[in-house]
Amino acid sequence: MPAEKVKKKSTFIDMTAMSDVTVLLLTFFMLTSTFIQKEPVTVNTPGSVSEIKIPEKNLLQILIDPNGKVFLNLDKPQDKVEVLKKMGETYNIAFTDGELKKFGLSNSFGVPVQGIKEFLSLPAEEQDKVIMNYGIPADSTDNQFKAWVKFAREVNKDLIIAIKADQNTPYPMIKNVMNTLQELRENRYNLITSLKNAPETKP
Amino acid sequence: MAELITKGNKGDVSKKGKQKKINVRVDFTPMVDMNMLLITFFMLCTSLIKPQTMEISMPSKDKVTEEEQNKVKASKAITVLLGKDNKVYYYFGEPDYENPDFLKETDLSSDGLRQILLNRNEEIVSKINDLKKQKLNLQISDEEFKKQASELKNDKNSPVVIIKPTEFSTYNNMVEALDEMQICNIGRYAIVDIAEGDILLLDNLTHDNYAVNKM
Repeated sequence: MPAEKVKKKSTFIDMTAMSDVTVLLLTFFMLTSTFIQKEPVTVNTPGSVSEIKIPEKNLLQILIDPNGKVFLNLDKPQDKVEVLKKMGETYNIAFTDGELKKFGLSNSFGVPVQGIKEFLSLPAEEQDKVIMNYGIPADSTDNQFKAWVKFAREVNKDLIIAIKADQNTPYPMIKNVMNTLQELRENRYNLITSLKNAPETKP
Repeated sequence: MAELITKGNKGDVSKKGKQKKINVRVDFTPMVDMNMLLITFFMLCTSLIKPQTMEISMPSKDKVTEEEQNKVKASKAITVLLGKDNKVYYYFGEPDYENPDFLKETDLSSDGLRQILLNRNEEIVSKINDLKKQKLNLQISDEEFKKQASELKNDKNSPVVIIKPTEFSTYNNMVEALDEMQICNIGRYAIVDIAEGDILLLDNLTHDNYAVNKM
């Protein structure tokens, strides 16, 4: 009798089930999540019990960092381009088509209008580094922020304004922005907050 | 890469009737690799949480005058002053400059301002809790609940809260104060700029120099 023959085991693992699972996970992630928007400054939003979700379309986001610097973001590239054109007309700056296109594709913007040309000529990585040093002027001497919001409203009538500010931003900075919005008769807007559990209210 | 291994029919042209036995086993390993990569990408580059918002509407500048605001105040008003270091001060009704104990100190925690507002708003809070129970027992629909709740909240006898943030408060304080309004079911509230008189009251109580740096 010959010695017991070593069985030749197949090392082929059936990956079909694994593939099923991964596809399922992938689908879940693709459907439920939204892409993280790159923001010039990191902002810790305060928590609130409010459960209203932020709309995705027609949003004008006003980002205020702890030092009171203001950045803006519009969700539609064509709106951004239109608004920049109007800003250019007001401040007598002619933007080329290339610059307009570049601006439309950028994320948040927050550079004084006089510096936009120079800013757009920088490479993308440089832009990310320097943008946090700027911020849109929003004080009473040169309120470019007001002009931006005004033109954004003119370009898109259905615009929803949302303020996203850091927890530690001193109130005067917020008040300044709110007063500007009030001057523009933008009396309804949203404050972006993160979720906090609602406590039971017991009388 | 799919591998289709065909067995035992090479050169068997003569046996036409025999069915070909084809092994259709596909190797899914590269597929899994790719999927894992994509999942990793999605997990890192996206966020699952959608930010919450709080809707507020401010009075327009030309309509509301100081007088109109004062009309509402009278008896049902609670004025909340947001001070330094997350402290909160409050008083009821009209300011009384003679009485030093008139202004009281509290904080934004769950047994600070919330208790005061809940006590003040007891009637409406209990009614809304009843409504919530009814909704849970499916006696009333969601829409009905919202309608009735907002009617209750905007009742003429409900308290009016006036939030006055000082120059030293932060955005967080303001949002938390607005949050308390929601928790305590207060329908009528407003954010108003701080008045000279209120600063005086704060300084008298705390000696924290609120008047200095006033813009």
